[in-house]
Amino acid sequence: MSGDAALERLKREGRIVVVGASLAGLRAAETLREKGFSGSLTMIGDEPHEPYDRPPLSKQVLLGKATADRTALPRRLDIDAKWRLGVPAAGLDMKARRVRLADGDEVEYDRLLIATGVRARPWPKPEEGSLDGVFVLRTRDDGAALERALAAGPGRVLVIGAGFTGSEIASACRERGLAVTVAERGDAPLVGALGGVVGAVAAEMHRENGVDLRTGIMVTALEGDSSGRVRAAHLSDGTTLEAEVVVVSLGAQRNTEWLTGSGLGAGPRGIACDAGCRAFDIWGIVTDDIYVAGDVARSPHALFGYQFLSLEHWGNAVAQAETAAHNMLSESAERRPHVWVPAFWSSQFGVNIKSVGVPSMGTEIVITQGSRAERRFVGVYGYQGRVIGAVTFDQCRWLDFYEQQIEQTAPFPPPYSTVDRRPEGNRPLDADFPDPSIPTHGPTITLSGYSPADRRMKFTPAHN
Amino acid sequence: MTEGILRQILDYSSRADPYPLYEELRKTPVFHDGTGPYVLSTYHEIKGLLHDPRISSDSRNLTAVAGDPLSETGEDEGEGVLPPSFLKLDPPDHDRLRRMTNRPFGPPHSPRRVEQMRGELGGIVKGLIDAIAKEGDPSRIDLVEEFSYPFPVTVICRLLGVPPEDEARFHVWADTLAASLDPDPGADPAERADKTKGARMELGMYLAGLIEERRKNPTGDMLSELATAQGPDGTMTTMEVLSTAALLLIAGHETTVNLITNGMLTLLRHPEHLARLRAEPDLGVPIVEELLRYEPPVQLLPQRSTLSDIEVAGVTIPKGSSLWLILASGNRDPKRFPDPDRFDPDRQDVQHLGLGSGIHSCFGAPLARLEAALALSELARRLENPRLLEDPPPYRQNAVLRGPRHLPIAVDGIRD
Repeated sequence: MSGDAALERLKREGRIVVVGASLAGLRAAETLREKGFSGSLTMIGDEPHEPYDRPPLSKQVLLGKATADRTALPRRLDIDAKWRLGVPAAGLDMKARRVRLADGDEVEYDRLLIATGVRARPWPKPEEGSLDGVFVLRTRDDGAALERALAAGPGRVLVIGAGFTGSEIASACRERGLAVTVAERGDAPLVGALGGVVGAVAAEMHRENGVDLRTGIMVTALEGDSSGRVRAAHLSDGTTLEAEVVVVSLGAQRNTEWLTGSGLGAGPRGIACDAGCRAFDIWGIVTDDIYVAGDVARSPHALFGYQFLSLEHWGNAVAQAETAAHNMLSESAERRPHVWVPAFWSSQFGVNIKSVGVPSMGTEIVITQGSRAERRFVGVYGYQGRVIGAVTFDQCRWLDFYEQQIEQTAPFPPPYSTVDRRPEGNRPLDADFPDPSIPTHGPTITLSGYSPADRRMKFTPAHN
Repeated sequence: MTEGILRQILDYSSRADPYPLYEELRKTPVFHDGTGPYVLSTYHEIKGLLHDPRISSDSRNLTAVAGDPLSETGEDEGEGVLPPSFLKLDPPDHDRLRRMTNRPFGPPHSPRRVEQMRGELGGIVKGLIDAIAKEGDPSRIDLVEEFSYPFPVTVICRLLGVPPEDEARFHVWADTLAASLDPDPGADPAERADKTKGARMELGMYLAGLIEERRKNPTGDMLSELATAQGPDGTMTTMEVLSTAALLLIAGHETTVNLITNGMLTLLRHPEHLARLRAEPDLGVPIVEELLRYEPPVQLLPQRSTLSDIEVAGVTIPKGSSLWLILASGNRDPKRFPDPDRFDPDRQDVQHLGLGSGIHSCFGAPLARLEAALALSELARRLENPRLLEDPPPYRQNAVLRGPRHLPIAVDGIRD
């Protein structure tokens, strides 16, 4: 049978299984149908809910402005799928092309898409993490539970970790008038993703909004009362902090354990795949029937030295899912690379933060527009004489330009003058990222892996 | 062929249909005839420049452009009648003034201001159509004079807080100032300049009086809020309130007149969509969006300049150059919109340039969209068998703010 005929048959009567029923899984399924796939489509998800949107969970939901069960993702079309919700995938037999489910069922596939995403990293001591009043925030149920706890008006909330999610939670607490302490192991909030220069601005935002921000500090233990409710946290400076609600916001772990022993190149950093979303096996050989998309994928990016990037970004999930779905139904010559320029946004303390490129790869930063003092600025990150990333605080309309600069590997520091360049912006500063040998709860982007020119593994800022 | 193409675009004979010229121009994405401005006509290049921090909107960086049609203070600017509004400023001054103006107008501080005007806008539309039904001649209605001009002026008066009894005076000034943006080669320039200056002076003094009054007795309208608001950016000076109010007045209605008129003209040329709109008033929203792509009221932005040498589509534009960004041409760029010359309200992904993009993107967009959707839906519903009496209708002279000067139509009657 010729390739064309096999492909036509796959489209007509093939079996496609999507593991992971969230943003990436849903968008992939929709794209498959849009591209004329009329075979059987099975969607497997460990949560009982149909796909929902996560960004509102740390924003509107925590403010009580939206309810967690109203964040279902809009459907672009009817995907006519068999839904297996509330049952996690438990194993993969690559040879027999079967996904094993936790309830013992098995589902056969001709093409498999893995979009199992990440989960919240739990508090490392399970007995402390299971105290009443200790929360993480990743799922819809997490969001609903935390919202209820905040609505009850606790005397103090402790947020452990000042990454994007932790900062958004702290912001929501302040907006609700709750006393909140943020404990951050690094020197400033957001420091892993954006570096110390921008982190200092974020620290000011916390403090001006009444957050009790404590940096360079670790929570060493959580203490419960006799009824099993959390009552206090012990800090590495020897102090004790009383708190009725504790939110553990220490980043995410990739959901790859179910693939252990399958022979697929899956591990704590995600599932390695090529730029066309085809998964690698443990030998680094690309598979032809297993695809990966979303937070769990780790793929090389031509624009960033072919380093393998794992991105926990909403837009990346959508774009990668669409590319994966396209490639699943395409001849090799028609396949497309996933070359999305990383981009993410956050909203905290009334400030809109957006970023493009990979700021955490940058070694220097220059403020090209606006001013840090006003907390409205554009920061451009440089790496080996080129622009590698940019961040905006309440200046997002300029972002397209900086994205282009990154795409065109424009020189750093930028040689031009802009409509709004203050004296402080003229000089590149050390971007002040933490020493990667000192573990933090981690940036949203991790870089690792090997480039064609240098096939040795490179050390990765600790993510595990 | 491109020789003299700018002259052809400005030439009145091209007014009814400039699109073939734009198509010609797009063959040279960065067009420069050696002396004039650098002209950008393709979608992605224009979009890029609208987000490019090396491009200034401050005309003090430009050598004077004769008859600059978007300048609300026109040639009088040098005489210090009013300081430049935020339309013609760069950050940080632009950002500060736009932010302060936005506080009483839109999110996050006044998220419902525009939506709350919906009922009032509907009432104005109804009143104007009722008046046509009562006093108009169904065999010849000039939709511009009788509807699409008075509607936005009335709206801007209500928004700013101009007392109803003063609206008539306001209309006269607005009319004179609008005419000044519409260079008519037949008129005596000195006389016109005098008249314009007089109108601007009277309007300025009138507004200054109103601002003083609102400062003492705020009434919740935009003028009161602009005059009294104290936010993190402080309070606007009287001169700043004046130039902002003048901007809202002129930019806020002159463009909407053309949007509504271009809209009705387009719908009359596409009766199937007019019929759909009559049956389904909610289609007004996608129809307006497609109109902003297909027949944008602001055809080009003629007052940008480069602060550095910049490379666009392989051409280096030197620092200090004047740029023309032909938004209407970018909107018809086949590299961005499939079948761009087709009016298609069902089009998906209509990220047009009709309201600009970047930090100067149309401040009044939410209001303009609402006004146009309400106006077109209601006209579609009430006019019985409307038809064009002249096609093309007579256009205004202005190549930048392009639209019909009159839109004569006939109807069989007007429904209640």
